[in-house]
Amino acid sequence: MSAPAPHYDVIVAGAGNAGLSAAIVAAEAGARVLVLESAPPAYRGGNSRHTRNFRCMHEGPLAVLTGRYGEDEYLDDLMRVTKGKTDADLARLVIRNSPDCLAFMRAHGVHFQPSLSGTLSLSRTNAFFLGGGKALINAYCNAATDLGIAIAYETEIRHVVVGEGGGFEALEVEVAGERRIVAGRTLVLAAGGFEANLDWLAEAWGPAARNFLIRGTPYNRGAVLRDMLDQGAASVGDPTQCHCVAIDGRAPKFDGGIASRLDCVPFSIVVNKDGRRFYDEGEDVWPKRYAIWGRLVAAQPDQVAFSIIDAKSADLFMPSLYPPVTADTLAELAAKLGLPAAALEETVAGYNAACRPGAFDPTELDGLATEALAPAKTNWARPINEPPFCGYMLRPGVTFTYLGLKVDESARVMGPRGRYPNIWAAGEIMAGSILGEGYLAGFGMTIGAVFGRIAGREAAAVANA
Amino acid sequence: MTEIATPASAATDEARRQAEICNACRYCEGYCSVFPLMFRSRTFADADIVELANLCHNCRGCYYACQYAPPHAFALNLPRALAEVRAESWQRYAWPSALARLFQRSGVALVVAIVLAVAAIFLAMGALRPTGGRGFYAVLSHGAMVAIFTPLFLLPFLAMARGLARYWREVGGERVRLADLAAATGGAARLDNLAGGHGEGCNFEAGDRFTNTRRFAHQATAAGFLLCFAATASGTLYHYGLGWEAPYSLFSLPKLFGVPGGVLLTAGALALGLLKVRADPDLGAPDLWGGDIAFVLTLALTGATGLMLYAAGGTPLVPVILALHLGTVAAFFLTTPYSKMAHAFYRFAALVRDAQRRR
Repeated sequence: MSAPAPHYDVIVAGAGNAGLSAAIVAAEAGARVLVLESAPPAYRGGNSRHTRNFRCMHEGPLAVLTGRYGEDEYLDDLMRVTKGKTDADLARLVIRNSPDCLAFMRAHGVHFQPSLSGTLSLSRTNAFFLGGGKALINAYCNAATDLGIAIAYETEIRHVVVGEGGGFEALEVEVAGERRIVAGRTLVLAAGGFEANLDWLAEAWGPAARNFLIRGTPYNRGAVLRDMLDQGAASVGDPTQCHCVAIDGRAPKFDGGIASRLDCVPFSIVVNKDGRRFYDEGEDVWPKRYAIWGRLVAAQPDQVAFSIIDAKSADLFMPSLYPPVTADTLAELAAKLGLPAAALEETVAGYNAACRPGAFDPTELDGLATEALAPAKTNWARPINEPPFCGYMLRPGVTFTYLGLKVDESARVMGPRGRYPNIWAAGEIMAGSILGEGYLAGFGMTIGAVFGRIAGREAAAVANA
Repeated sequence: MTEIATPASAATDEARRQAEICNACRYCEGYCSVFPLMFRSRTFADADIVELANLCHNCRGCYYACQYAPPHAFALNLPRALAEVRAESWQRYAWPSALARLFQRSGVALVVAIVLAVAAIFLAMGALRPTGGRGFYAVLSHGAMVAIFTPLFLLPFLAMARGLARYWREVGGERVRLADLAAATGGAARLDNLAGGHGEGCNFEAGDRFTNTRRFAHQATAAGFLLCFAATASGTLYHYGLGWEAPYSLFSLPKLFGVPGGVLLTAGALALGLLKVRADPDLGAPDLWGGDIAFVLTLALTGATGLMLYAAGGTPLVPVILALHLGTVAAFFLTTPYSKMAHAFYRFAALVRDAQRRR
């Protein structure tokens, strides 16, 4: 039986930053493009919806970016946060292509704004999207529509059909409970990670993962990733690792996004549900430490912790999504937070006794440390003694997963018999090819933008050949 | 200066809930003046919410960009929340308040007001038939028009001034400097807050696409309105200062202001009405939709009947069109403190206050 010639030159899985970049580039090269999105229109865009900027190399002031941010400094920053677990060649490829992405974004309706209030430290390195990532997705979807690209929403990919010759032939998809086959000449996989798949997280982390909050979209369930790995695609990245930060424990299970972050930890003491401290809250400035606190909280009983501050620290950090729990006494606060009052009072008393006089400076490492306390608090250690006392519940919030598809410099996915001839990947689904651990703010969007454009170009070229 | 407390309301509480979430996100900072003002505070008093609401131009950029818009559990719809607070604040400042509740919501009420005013003008024409006069003064004398319209202009003016004073006290306004007025005038003329922060406009009628259509239509309407006002003012000057009586030639100031003014007012207001029909009513205060539509149509009718009056000069149609025109103008003036027209005053005051906060 001979199948009819596929109508689409390029099928893109996922309508996030990476997928839409690929789709637009392919359509501009003359390809007929179909984008499949598992979410309904209101939730389209995967985790790109929650982003706010991308990290961009530049030799001098560029658009909203100040100063200079060169290739070597960019790579150094990346190597530092990933402790060297970075594919330097692919990273350099991403970095070098990042300025072109800025131009591409602007040419397709994305607007930028100066670094947001409270994020001045990023004004040189990160270009902020006006309105955030959802505005970027809106602009790209409009650009895609204008180019005649079809976007099918609420369409779940169940299986990637790879033929005898080892190449992609068609997709089995599910729309409104009905299975369909969609044939195409080439495939770009940009469907994100699996961080919203709690079963998969629990496989990797153990049952504790069920208490994690998922900061991003509930639609990143990793269906395509699992299907590809099951049929022998090469994987990359540690399957047991995810990027996990401490966020407001009252945030919704999914999709809390940026607003659920809490910046109070350095000015607080953090106790577990038994009212005991477990780590140095003042180890470093918060942007350098927020990512380790997800794991720290995940390791505590019931995966929960409580950040306790007093009145003098209440306004030192970015406003929180929900107001803190407040009380005039520590015992009352403990009762409201569900903590053992005696233990909390004892912990605070011990901490207060270990605090030493000195100059407090919330803007830098002030060396105001506790004495003879385990664990120590090495900066910003002021007694907690001024009512009203405030408490925030902390939970681990998963941002993304590292396990993904291994790609080469042309974004081509590696299969059981070498590279697939007509399957590419871009964005979070392949970011593990570059990032082994850690994270650098705004780098995920840069990977998606660069590899999305490469994948779109390559796929269109193969489809048109 | 005495502080006026803003009464608690469900609309204010809802807007505050949303503003607190916005303050933890801040992605929309560059769209308009509302967000930089919002992000100066950690907590929001009722008066702060009223100030944010009156500064908001309902461009809807933040809604379409919002990762927390419905169906998300946070259910952020700031354009609507602020529109509801805004409407409530105008009702509170209006005197009497009940008239604002009526004309804000009910387009029918405005239509009835126009019909009554037109009928009243007809009655006046019958009762005060002039013995001389040229042009439309042969239908209704200049003296009679002045006698009718002076109170129609002054009463709403006094009510509006009273409302503005209350608003100013509530938002803690300071003594106004020339620079504040200049900044606010520039912002109002350019409609910076409908430009989207990037100049491509707002998200009013075309979903998440940006267009400048509403901005330009509003500029045409406002310019037309001011030109018509200038036409009337220059006519008054001609009449009393120079002793020249209407009708004036095409190359006189009243006509040079009035004809383009009437065209801009009519076309601009019709365009605004059309945009309103296309726009999603859920991103504004849906209860006010009827009143708003009736208001822009009243503006269009004012301009159109003025032009018709000029075109009909010397024909037997003059009395009918004159009554229609004067009746529409009378209804427009009388309802100013209670209709959507009030927005022009409060929005300008908000821009002045914003200029003060930025200096």
